[in-house]
Amino acid sequence: MGVGIKVDHLNAWFGKSQALYDISIDIPANHATAVIGPSGCGKSTFVRCLNRMHETIPDAHADGKVRMGDVDVYNGTPAVQIRRRIGMVFQKPNPFPTMSIYDNVAAGLKLNGFHDHRRLDEIVERSLKLSALWEEVKDTLRKKSGASLSGGQQQRLCIARALAVEPEVLLMDEPCSALDPISTGKIEELIFQLKEKFTIVIVTHNMQQASRVAEFTGFFLLGKLIEFDKTEKIFTTPSDKRTEDYITGRFG
Amino acid sequence: MRTRFQQGLDDLRTRLLRMGGLAEQAVDRACQAYIDRDLNRCHLVLEGETQINLIEREIDELAFDLLAMQQPMAVDLRFILAVTKINSDLERVGDQAVNIAERVMDMVELPKVELPVDIARMAAAASAMVRRALESFIEGKAELAQAVLEMDNVVDRMKDEAFITLVKGMNEHPETTRQALDALLIARNLERVADHATNIAEDVIFWVRGADVRHNVSPEQPQPVQETATETR
Repeated sequence: MGVGIKVDHLNAWFGKSQALYDISIDIPANHATAVIGPSGCGKSTFVRCLNRMHETIPDAHADGKVRMGDVDVYNGTPAVQIRRRIGMVFQKPNPFPTMSIYDNVAAGLKLNGFHDHRRLDEIVERSLKLSALWEEVKDTLRKKSGASLSGGQQQRLCIARALAVEPEVLLMDEPCSALDPISTGKIEELIFQLKEKFTIVIVTHNMQQASRVAEFTGFFLLGKLIEFDKTEKIFTTPSDKRTEDYITGRFG
Repeated sequence: MRTRFQQGLDDLRTRLLRMGGLAEQAVDRACQAYIDRDLNRCHLVLEGETQINLIEREIDELAFDLLAMQQPMAVDLRFILAVTKINSDLERVGDQAVNIAERVMDMVELPKVELPVDIARMAAAASAMVRRALESFIEGKAELAQAVLEMDNVVDRMKDEAFITLVKGMNEHPETTRQALDALLIARNLERVADHATNIAEDVIFWVRGADVRHNVSPEQPQPVQETATETR
């Protein structure tokens, strides 16, 4: 099951340049939460702070509190352990090109020393079913490489890879921006189903997408969280004029 | 700034104002026709209905295109929804004007009698409601629309009084029954014009504040971004 994420006074920097300012937000468990805002507003930095990927960039650092369920993300828990509990899917599908479809999905588990083949088979099948890819690849699991799939299939493969390690949270950074409308529709349908099992945070530039898949939406501007509310409220009667100006296309 | 979209919204507003002008003119003409027993004005009202119906369709088509092609959000989405509903109410205001004109045409065929009802005063009140509702739309001001809602009770009372006095008149002077019946129907038409003006005012409040105030139900009031929807105007 997914867990809620509680962010308190989160700040983030790239060197001396501050990218996030005092972000406090409660992301509810087993819901999809969209993060929207113009380019450079800090939305990707924000999600990368949730699984401590931000600190992998030289000179980048963050402070503040992030609690994921009962885990304090920034206090004492090793980053690797955090990232195991928080799966991440990126804008561009990035399957391991030389690995088979099967090995792509099993990669995370194998890296963690998991080698029970029968159990691995079960997890690969379950993950591919969860990512709605199983029917399309079940006959070529070990014959085809991940790179041989279409863009939409590759993205669902990356989702299966993230799900295989049984995370509690799935972060998606513009997962559909490189996909056609049909593949986008499949990913959106998938998000809708996955939130029963996981907490999903999705960064998107596509506001229609945010309104379709997310129950909650946060609007970021210049590194600040301007407004966070139910998605229907944000897209019909936002409280802050800056949110309204952005979603109605008056700037950004 | 989405220039093409803004042009579409401006176009929608311009057409709705033209529609509003025609509907308001139709009511005024029909009421003046009643006062002057003027058949020419009645014919003008009947002829004007075609134009109102035409613009109604144009507005609906434009709104449909904007919804489909531009995926409006927030204040823009509320604006377009409000326009489609106001459009429908204005078309019905036009229909009420036609009904009044038809009743006047019937009355003119009958002997002129003095009726115990002030249709002119009621017409002025209903017409003022339509005008103010349209002003609240032009200004994008919810408080102007709110004032229209408060006027509705006045017209309702006028209609109730007209019913009582006209029915009493029919009992006392049965020879005036047909004329009194026409006047009674006109009073009901005017009361409906006022209802449509109320609907328009409610739609303006929805557009500006995002609040649904229909049927006297107190909604959970969303916090408005702004009291005057100037950006969409």
